[in-house]
Formats: sequence, C-alpha cells, structure tokens
Amino acid sequence: MKNLRIIARLDIKGPNLIKGVHLEGLRKLGDPNEYALRYYREGADELLYMDIVASLYGRNSLTDIIRRTAENIFIPLTVGGGVRSIADVETLLKAGADKVAINTQATRTPELIGDVARRFGSQCMVVSIEAKRQGEGRWEAFVDNGREHTGYDVVEWARHAADLGAGEVLLTSVDREGTRNGLDVELARAVAGAVAVPVILSGGFGKPQDLVTAVTEGMADAIGIADALHYRRYSLAELRATARANDIAVREPLRAD
Amino acid sequence: MSYKVTLCDYGVGNLLSVRRALEAVGAEVDQTGDPRRVAEADRLVVPGVGAFGACVETLIAHGLRDSVCAFAQSGRPLLGICVGMQMLLDSSEEFGVYEGLKIVPGSVQRIPVTRADGTPHRIPQIGWRGIWPAPEGPDWSETILAGTQPGTAFYFVHSYTAWPSDPAHRIADTDYGGRRIAAVIGKPPLYGCQFHPEKSGPAGLALLERFLSL
Repeated sequence: MKNLRIIARLDIKGPNLIKGVHLEGLRKLGDPNEYALRYYREGADELLYMDIVASLYGRNSLTDIIRRTAENIFIPLTVGGGVRSIADVETLLKAGADKVAINTQATRTPELIGDVARRFGSQCMVVSIEAKRQGEGRWEAFVDNGREHTGYDVVEWARHAADLGAGEVLLTSVDREGTRNGLDVELARAVAGAVAVPVILSGGFGKPQDLVTAVTEGMADAIGIADALHYRRYSLAELRATARANDIAVREPLRAD
Repeated sequence: MSYKVTLCDYGVGNLLSVRRALEAVGAEVDQTGDPRRVAEADRLVVPGVGAFGACVETLIAHGLRDSVCAFAQSGRPLLGICVGMQMLLDSSEEFGVYEGLKIVPGSVQRIPVTRADGTPHRIPQIGWRGIWPAPEGPDWSETILAGTQPGTAFYFVHSYTAWPSDPAHRIADTDYGGRRIAAVIGKPPLYGCQFHPEKSGPAGLALLERFLSL
C-alpha cells in the first residue's frame, strides 16, 4: 500500500497568511498561526511555510511566526523563502523550523545544498523547485515566484540536487498554483522516477480525487495543499477518508487537544 | 509536579523542538554538554541527527561517550531519539563502520532500497507510520509504550535502521514496504526510538510524558 503525507502549505507575506494564483495576485487571509494551529489539531502531517516575498527583497521575516508556531505545534515544520546561507538556515532552525526549503540560492550556488546537508543532515535540506511547463513532458525551473528563468530542466535539476544531498524535493507547479485545476501529476511522475528521495507535489489541488492521482499516477510521496484548506473547501479528515477509500495509507491522528 | 530531565547537547542537530516538547509535558530541562551533569542526570535524553559516525565522533570529542555509558549503567531512564537511538547499538555501517555505545547488542544497517516484493521505494523513509508490538519483544505495559495503542502513528525520517541481536530488545516495529523496521528498542529503563516523538503530535508527547514518569 502506498503512503501519503498531507502537508498544509501556508504562503506568508510579512505577518499575514496570503494566497495567490500562479504565485502572484496575492490576497491576505489572516494570522498564519491560527491556521497552523487548526491544521495541527485536524491532523496535518506537516506544515510548510513559504515566505513568498523573501527572495525578492533578500530577507526573511518568518522567524517570529515560526517561533510562535513551534511553541505549541509538534509536527514537522518546513520553512522556505529567501534562504541564502548556512547562517540563514541556522536562524530558521533556531526559531523552530525542522527543515528548510531552498530554491533561488540553490540554483545560483548548488554547493549550498551539500553544505546544508553536511552541517544539519540531508533530512533538513529540501530543494524547492518552481516548475513551468515548456511543452510536452518538459519543465523549466524558475525562481522568484515563477518570474525568473534558470534555464534548468526540472528533472535534471532535481536529480542533481538529490545527488548533492537534498533529502526531499518540493515541486510547485507554477502553471497550476492557485487554479484548483488539479495537481501536475505528470511533473511529479517525471521527477519521482528520476530521484530516490521523497517528492512533495504542490500547486493546483482542487478536489479530493487529486490526491489519489498524485499518488497512483504521479508517484508523489506527499502533497502540499493551501487554499482548499484555508477556505475550508475540504477538511483534512475528508481528504484522509478519500485516501483510505483508494488504498492509500494516511495516518490516523490522535486528538491534539 | 515538575520532572527533571537532562538533554545531552553535544553540538549535533537542533535540540529546540525536543526541549520544547519535553517542557510541554511538564519537564524541567537541563540542556547541557557537561560530562558530569550528563553522568549524574535523573533522566537522560540523547538526541541525534545526520550521520551515525559524525554523531559518535562528536559525542566522543565532547567527552560525553563515557558519561552516557556510565549513565546507562546506573539504572536510571534513558531515551535515545533517531540517531541517538542508533548509537545505543554496537556499530553502524553508515559511511564506513563505526562503533556505537554498545548499550544494546546489535548493529545499524541501511534500509534495503527495495520493498519486500523487490520494487524500489523511497530512501530516506519520511513519514508517519503505525507501530506494533515486536514478535518476541516485551509486553508494552511494562515499557515506555504503556498506554500507547498498537497502530499509533509516529513521525519517522531515516535511511538506516537498528537491528538488535536479541529479539527481546525489540519493543516495537513498524512496516516499511513490507519490511520490518525497529521503531522502539531497549532494555527498560533504557530506550531508543527511531521516530521523533517531539514531532509526532499528541502521540509523541504522550510517550515523552511517560518517559518522565519512569
């Protein structure tokens, strides 16, 4: 039986949880800690915070939010956005993050991946890839919320990053992100077939059946879900029920309060 | 009521989440790398993350190996977490052969790269897995798992797995791709868990709370 992790993804701008379409056109939703606590109580397997403007301005404003989250939430927390150095990683881990997701700086200086993996363990080093489809079965890696080309082929880059020491690959489909049109299952399948490490697929989750195809066709190990949870279109319990009905193993959480 | 627990800090990994989780269940945490305080602890938690050899070597470099071993002889409760659990064994084959603390006989080996049916699976194993009594292990009611329901899920992240040579030292197992993986090992009151209780939500907190009451 295949296992699936369901990860609540919270995109952050300044002090606010936000949601956009194609990583742009942002709308404020509220205090990220309130949402995070709700997802913890409902049994999210992990949380993912992405500071979506940090790369653009070369800073990371997440540490206060992380610190508050880590006080009363005891599931893995991955943080990304604007992570440029070992010192940045250290700052985020000291605030309470368990893993960091690195995109822009990993494409500029790929040796950072190995440095982070050696210093903090590869379980801590998630390579984040923003993928835009470039024709049939080809995706290019982008940075800065899908604005800047890197020229890297996503599958090749994922394989290289895993060889350098990345312990997981976080794939965000820029084409699907915020559209609710379904996850890019082909993208996940192409990357999952190229690397041995787990693959997290994010961007475009629309309906519970999408998690089934992500696993059965996309071979994804985890999915990141944002607005379906933020807007309460589905509960985590509903998503787990759909997974189980399709022979996908998900955890049965204990009550968190 | 507050329970004192010493968190062995030998400069590896991020101890913040372990400390916070222990505090959340009422522990008074002494996070220290002082060999004397470690040897004299009421209760000792040994975390560990990354590569086995690097953890053991760092522990030795901090002068803590003998303290942890002396503590283990004392009959007071110990909990090793993840690589901290693996270090309790005799040796590991991760990136060469390294000696462990030899508190629990056995070795640490790579998780096979295939499922039991021969198809490939993901390494590292990352995710929540249910744990079950090991076939020849002790009754959970006499262990740190007293009160834990079989099948309760905990959060794992690892590429290597512990193989105690005496099956009686295997307390709980999990399944990964049809393969039996040691989840909790030990000789009460010395325990090691492969998963991260500090990241396993209420189930993990309950386990830590029981550790405090041992």
